[in-house]
Parts: sequence; structure tokens; C-alpha cells
Amino acid sequence: MNVMRRIFLDCASTTPTDPRVIEYLIPFMSQHFGNASSLHYEGTQARKAVEKAREQVASLINAQADEIYFTSGGTEADNFALKGIARQSSKKHLITTSIEHPAVLQTARALQMQGYEASFLSVDAKGRIDPEELKKTIRSDTFLVSVMLANNEIGTLQPLEEISKITNASGVLLHTDAVQAVGNMPVDVRKLGVDLLSISSHKLYGPKGVGALFIRKGVPIQPLMDGGEHEHGKRSGTYNTPGIAGFGKACELSQLEMKEFMPQIVRLRNMLINELPQRIPEIYLNGDPSDRLPGNVHFSIPYVEGEALLLRLDDAGIAVSTGSACSSHNLKISHVLHALGIDAVRAQGSLRISIGRHNTIEDIQALMSVLPEIVLKLRQMSPLYQPDLKGA
Amino acid sequence: MYNEIILDHFRNPRNVGEIKNADGIGEIGNAVCGDMMTFYLSIEDNIIKDAKYKTFGCGAAIAVSSIVSEYIIGKRIEEVMKLDHKKVSELLGGLPPQKEHCSNLGADAVKKAIENYLSKKPANQQK
Repeated sequence: MNVMRRIFLDCASTTPTDPRVIEYLIPFMSQHFGNASSLHYEGTQARKAVEKAREQVASLINAQADEIYFTSGGTEADNFALKGIARQSSKKHLITTSIEHPAVLQTARALQMQGYEASFLSVDAKGRIDPEELKKTIRSDTFLVSVMLANNEIGTLQPLEEISKITNASGVLLHTDAVQAVGNMPVDVRKLGVDLLSISSHKLYGPKGVGALFIRKGVPIQPLMDGGEHEHGKRSGTYNTPGIAGFGKACELSQLEMKEFMPQIVRLRNMLINELPQRIPEIYLNGDPSDRLPGNVHFSIPYVEGEALLLRLDDAGIAVSTGSACSSHNLKISHVLHALGIDAVRAQGSLRISIGRHNTIEDIQALMSVLPEIVLKLRQMSPLYQPDLKGA
Repeated sequence: MYNEIILDHFRNPRNVGEIKNADGIGEIGNAVCGDMMTFYLSIEDNIIKDAKYKTFGCGAAIAVSSIVSEYIIGKRIEEVMKLDHKKVSELLGGLPPQKEHCSNLGADAVKKAIENYLSKKPANQQK
């Protein structure tokens, strides 16, 4: 098999671990193997790394170190926030949005099965919630509002500052799933005014299997994991020292280098947003043209199916993602595109390109040079595409 | 997820296209479900002389259309009417479980095209 140069444009799924992060975390798998809860030398070496990481994570989001609770990743952080606050509260009502990641959406549904009530806010055509609708949805027994900072599919950013003004005025706690945003754009928990915020390490060039929940000081929460009282009893389980150390290092690097990489990523994103529609007839950008994640590009490409597009690009050495997956006879389009009101036919041909700090203009040019031909060929074999009948 | 046979048919689909004045046309699925397949057949003396198709769908749907088109050319329509999803899946060396439904599409589209051919034919010529 030929060794082909791979172009990774699927950074919303995961990011390539930064080599400096790998170098930094390896000693915590070898000589500094100690249990971070032990009092001896081996243990205290590991503990120092965990506490340093806690500061690095906190610094990136303008939190204090003791407001950071390490988890196994973004999904656990979301579960912890929703279930932990639900169990702490005597109230019964939760508000979230219809376009959340499944880690929030399914957790809200699981709580409903246990007798809690949940409201799912609608979004406009660009994927933004209406703060006025939120105001009307808050009840006297609402214990939590959870609104994602940036959508993982279409990249739309939510007006969190405006939302927190509403929740603060109503005395309701506010959680945000910021997994796609943290490390990739400035995130400041004080400015946003949130009480809880979920982070994932592998979305910001850190290792997989580690994340954190920011819990504002003074916010009471019940643990998901009972056990040896780690993290002040809020999250038991032996510290994943190499993962946590690497996560901390990744946060530090993002904070130091964001000023350089973010404008570059935005430039590459805008290039695709502006130029792909000139090269491919009838394609539609989803989400907001500018108020979106720095690296997110999401197009609907009618008459073709997303998986076929993805596989053809993969053959050309380019990794992207699609929101649609044909996995049964049933309609299986993304709940996000459905919430935007995009019809099923258009939603079937969706393509998410997510750019990271390793990507170059050559990567973007390579994609732009192969995609039009791939789309044309798939359209030519599609029974839905009949350009010669148009206007007839 | 896909084996080499499926990938080969997906990458190089055989017999793509339409047949003008086809003897039988069969369309199955719809765009809302994510899969749609139209088969065009030329039939002479109850033997499939040529088969072409257009497919909107995932990798499995495209591979199914391609292998079915290859399989049926030269076969008698009675034999092709026996084609089922198991046979299609077997021809492709096995489809992933969540893609099994795609194998139905291929068999059903072809059978629909044959039925279309038979329905157009005057009764006395069907012997």
C-alpha cells in the first residue's frame, strides 16, 4: 500500500495530540508512576503534576484551581453537571436545547425517565436559541439551564453572556458544554457568567480519556462516582496522572499560542466558506457565517449522501465528517439539522470540515481541488440529480 | 467497517447510468430515508441483456447496486426474481449489520424493474 499524505480536517471529532504534550506526559507513565493520593515520594511527584495541571486548566478559562474537577472526559463532565445538580436540588425541572451533544441530550432524557421534567429550547435557522424563550421557560422549580457554548456540528455560538444574565436574575444555575470551544477560542467563565462548564482534553490537542468540570466555588453538587473521596469526595477514582498532566500541558500551550493559531484557522475557515460555493453549484452553508467556531465549516450538498462523500474524500487522503448516517430504514438525519428546519433531502448530504492548528493553506487547497469532482461524480450517479430537467 | 469487495464496488461502481427505452425500470427507496435506487433493464427472450442504475446513498448502497448489476446481466428473469438480500450480502462478502437493509434495496429494485417489464408485455408473449 502506498503511504499517502493524510490531511486531517476532522478536528471537531478529535485533535492530533501535540508532540510536546506527549513528551511531557510520558514520564508519568514511567518513572513518576506513583498514585497521586500516596504520601511517599512517588505519590507526591504524581500529585504535583495533577495540581499543576489543575492550575493550567483553570488559567485557560479564568477559573481558580479549586474550581476544576477532573473527569474521564466531556461526557462524564456533562453527566456530572446535570445529574449532580439534579440530585442536589429538591427542584424537578431542567432546561436545555434541542441541539445539544448527546452527552447532554441523553442525560436530560435519562433524568426524565427518573421523574424529572425537561424542556428543550428551539433554535432559529442559524442554530441560536432565543433568550426570550428561555425567560418564558424558566419556572419556580427549574434547577438548571444547560446551553452549549458552541455546537459540535454546525459551529454556532450561543449568546451565553445574555443567557447568564437571565439565569442569574432568576436564581437558576447555568451549565455550558464548552467541549468544542475551550482551547480553540477564548473562554472566560467569569465573563460568560456560568456556574458549571464542561471541558474535554482531546479536543484541544491533549490526550483522550480526560476532561474536567468547572464548578463555581460554592455551588453544591452530588458526585456521580462514589469511592475513595478523591476531588474532595466529588469525583472518586485514582487520578489518571499521565492524562491529567497532558491535559494541563495542552491547556497551557493553547493559552500561550491561541493568538497565533486562531486567526490562521479563521482565515482557512473563511476561505472554504467563501470559495467552495464558487466551485460547487448548489451547496448551502449551515450555521452562522461568522458567529461560529473558528475551525468549523458545515455545508449541505444536495443529491448526494454524506457517507459516500466522506469515503470518497478518505480515498483522496482527506478526513472529514458527515452529520448524516444511513443506519436503518428510518430517517436518520442529525437532530441538529432537523432542529434548524433543514429538509431531509438536503440534510442527507452534509459535510463537516473542522480545521485545526496543524492545518495549512495547502490542506485547504487540496480539499478544494478534489471536492468539486467528487461531488459531480456522485451527483451524476444520483437519481435525484437531473440538472437537464431543471426549469423544464 | 467495509470489506475490500464492498470498497472496490464503491470506488469503481460498474454499469452506472441509464438505459434509453429500457424494457423495465424499477425505483425503490426515497431520499428522505437516505437511499434511493433506480434500475434500468434491457430484456430479450427473458434474459437480462443489460442493466444500469442510478443510486443515491451510502457506500453500501452504491456497492449493492454495482454488484447486483454485474450479477444479473446474462441471467434469466425467473432466476433473478429469486434474488434476495441474503444473496446480495453474500456476493459482497457480508455487509455490516447496520447496513443490511441496503442489500434489500438492490434485490427489490431489480425485481420491481422485472415486474415493470412483465406488466408492459402483452399476455400472449409471456410464455
